Amino acid sequence: MYFTKELMDKSSKMARKWEDEVKKAVARHADQKDDWSTVSSLPINRLYGPEDIKDINFEEDIAYPGQFPYTRGNQVTGYRGRYWTFRMFSGFGSAKDTNERWHQLLDAGQTGLSTAFDFPTLMGYDTDNPKARGECGKCGVAIDTLEDFMVLVDGIPMDKITTSMTINPPATVLWAMYCAAAEIKGVPLTKIGGTIQNDMLKEFIAQKTFMCPPEPSVKLISDTVEFGTRHVPKWNTISISGYHIREAGSTAVQELAFTLRDGMEYVEDVIKRKGLDVDEFAPRLSFFFNAHIDFFEEIAKMRAARRIWAKAMRDRYKARNERSWWMRFHTQTAGCSLTAQQPYNNVVRTATEALSAVLGGTQSLHTNSLDEVLCLPTDHAVQIALRTQQIIAEETGVTNTIDPLAGSYFVEALTNKMEEQAWEYIHKIDDMGGMVAAIDRGFPQMELADAAYKFQKQIDSGEKIMVGVNKYVIEDEPEIPLLEIEDRIEKEQLDRLNGVKRKRDSKAVKKSLGDMRNACKKAENVMPYCIEAVKNLCTLQEICDVYREVYGEYRDPAMY
Amino acid sequence: MAKRRLRIMVAKPGLDGHDRGARVLARCFRDAGYETIYTGCHQTPEEIAAAAVQEDVDCLGLSCMSGAHRFLFPETVKKLRELGADDIQVIGGGIIPPADFQLLYDAGLKGIFVPGIALDDIVKWIEENIVPNIKD
Repeated sequence: MYFTKELMDKSSKMARKWEDEVKKAVARHADQKDDWSTVSSLPINRLYGPEDIKDINFEEDIAYPGQFPYTRGNQVTGYRGRYWTFRMFSGFGSAKDTNERWHQLLDAGQTGLSTAFDFPTLMGYDTDNPKARGECGKCGVAIDTLEDFMVLVDGIPMDKITTSMTINPPATVLWAMYCAAAEIKGVPLTKIGGTIQNDMLKEFIAQKTFMCPPEPSVKLISDTVEFGTRHVPKWNTISISGYHIREAGSTAVQELAFTLRDGMEYVEDVIKRKGLDVDEFAPRLSFFFNAHIDFFEEIAKMRAARRIWAKAMRDRYKARNERSWWMRFHTQTAGCSLTAQQPYNNVVRTATEALSAVLGGTQSLHTNSLDEVLCLPTDHAVQIALRTQQIIAEETGVTNTIDPLAGSYFVEALTNKMEEQAWEYIHKIDDMGGMVAAIDRGFPQMELADAAYKFQKQIDSGEKIMVGVNKYVIEDEPEIPLLEIEDRIEKEQLDRLNGVKRKRDSKAVKKSLGDMRNACKKAENVMPYCIEAVKNLCTLQEICDVYREVYGEYRDPAMY
Repeated sequence: MAKRRLRIMVAKPGLDGHDRGARVLARCFRDAGYETIYTGCHQTPEEIAAAAVQEDVDCLGLSCMSGAHRFLFPETVKKLRELGADDIQVIGGGIIPPADFQLLYDAGLKGIFVPGIALDDIVKWIEENIVPNIKD
């Protein structure tokens, strides 16, 4: 920033005076503790001033909203034109149960849908697989065939509402079902909008929902990017996710660095494998971050994320389209910051985290419900979580002005610090040969394991505080109402699946799967074959079994 | 005779990949001086039981965050017993509502640990409740 020499001289004189006063004050009355750092253990100074931001290049690093490097946001009008999308993640039980919840949420003012699938679906297994026993509908909706999917989107205007689907290894299959459902409902693919998470690198790093090894996993992702670019132009084909990396225990800087490096890996693969120009597909890449409990660290992380991505896209990948430089992201408040103890306190945590996401300029937000540390949320808990967003948007006044914390000595200095440390990680991973190579040697996995263990030790020792867990504990807490997923769901889903298997055209199924197999072997784009296969009522697992057969299965290396 | 070091296996039954807790615990047990084996994610009850027997562990810790513990934990104990491993003590943890505790105790789990418990308290519980199996 451009401070005059005169001001800097005055400032350092005043700073010295203040420092002397601090020394005296501390001598009289010591600080409450020695370590003042973020939840990620990033040390924070007692005070920030002009000295901390004097080297920032205003034009290159801050600028204005809608101007490179978008530190202050992509949108020139901020939230005045439009709030972020209120997008609550939901899904449980059967497709019908989830469809009903979706209609309730839309009626309550939610503006976009977001789907949670159950574990068998997430892993590419049908409900009748022995590995799926006990899991059906438990932490998301169970989908085996297009018939289930048609129930899921019943009454949902697919040309108006955008839908996000948290699905990774079988992303091609679920996206194919979405495309097929749209076609059946008469909505052209050019009109549908939404997101598939489809980010396998973070699965190997953090969430551990994997199927095939990293290399073919990335290939399938590039297939979706290519197909989307050509046929489904309003679809975000990858949601490059830091959320799970953070939940698995990373620091804020690690979340930032690994996520952006994952994004770069995808960009490089699509360019190399598909021969697309970066500007053809980069505008549809989207991101997904965690809003953890450390308020300013999160705001700085999101501001730094936009800046790093813009610089990488312009300078590293030579993108010329401004939209390729934009980092658009969804945010979810931190599940791992919530406590099973005194769960109503979680409302306060979530509100604080949501506020940081808004001040960080998110385009879309999910707020966790107070009971999510215990079970899937009840209707009432979800309503409070959605209202939290509405209160922030419409009561607090924080949406009046864009990026209100810009220019804060602290926030700008912290934004810089996070950018600097993230680039160090990114370069380190470059030196290893990229993210797939880094994953192969367990680098990001072990960085997370170290950070998670360190944090747990800090909680156990009382160095970091979680209210209700290691301070202000109450014995014998009253219980709160929990949502139970009935075991009948599994039986009903099995009946549905068996019904589909009985009535479908088995020749068409066999042919579709054969076509899929050929496409995989010839390294063709699988998407057109996949859409055909789901239309012929091939099950999710039947298609995923083709991937497993051709590409092999990845086993957890079980590092700790 | 010197007391044998306690052997403990941390396992993730089912399809759930939320392994933060399991990995933190595995490291905690290693630091506590136990011989620790971690199975990694996505193991079936059969696989876990077979591995626990093969590794001759004293204690098997199961971790589950998906809500499928009601099936997976009892099933794992059943598979262990089918292999004749009556001496392996099974404990479990994760997102487990208090309403399910009795079902799991009845199924043969010896301890259940839910979010918020300190690592030291888990180790203390093990010291007090798990005795290394002395064979031969």
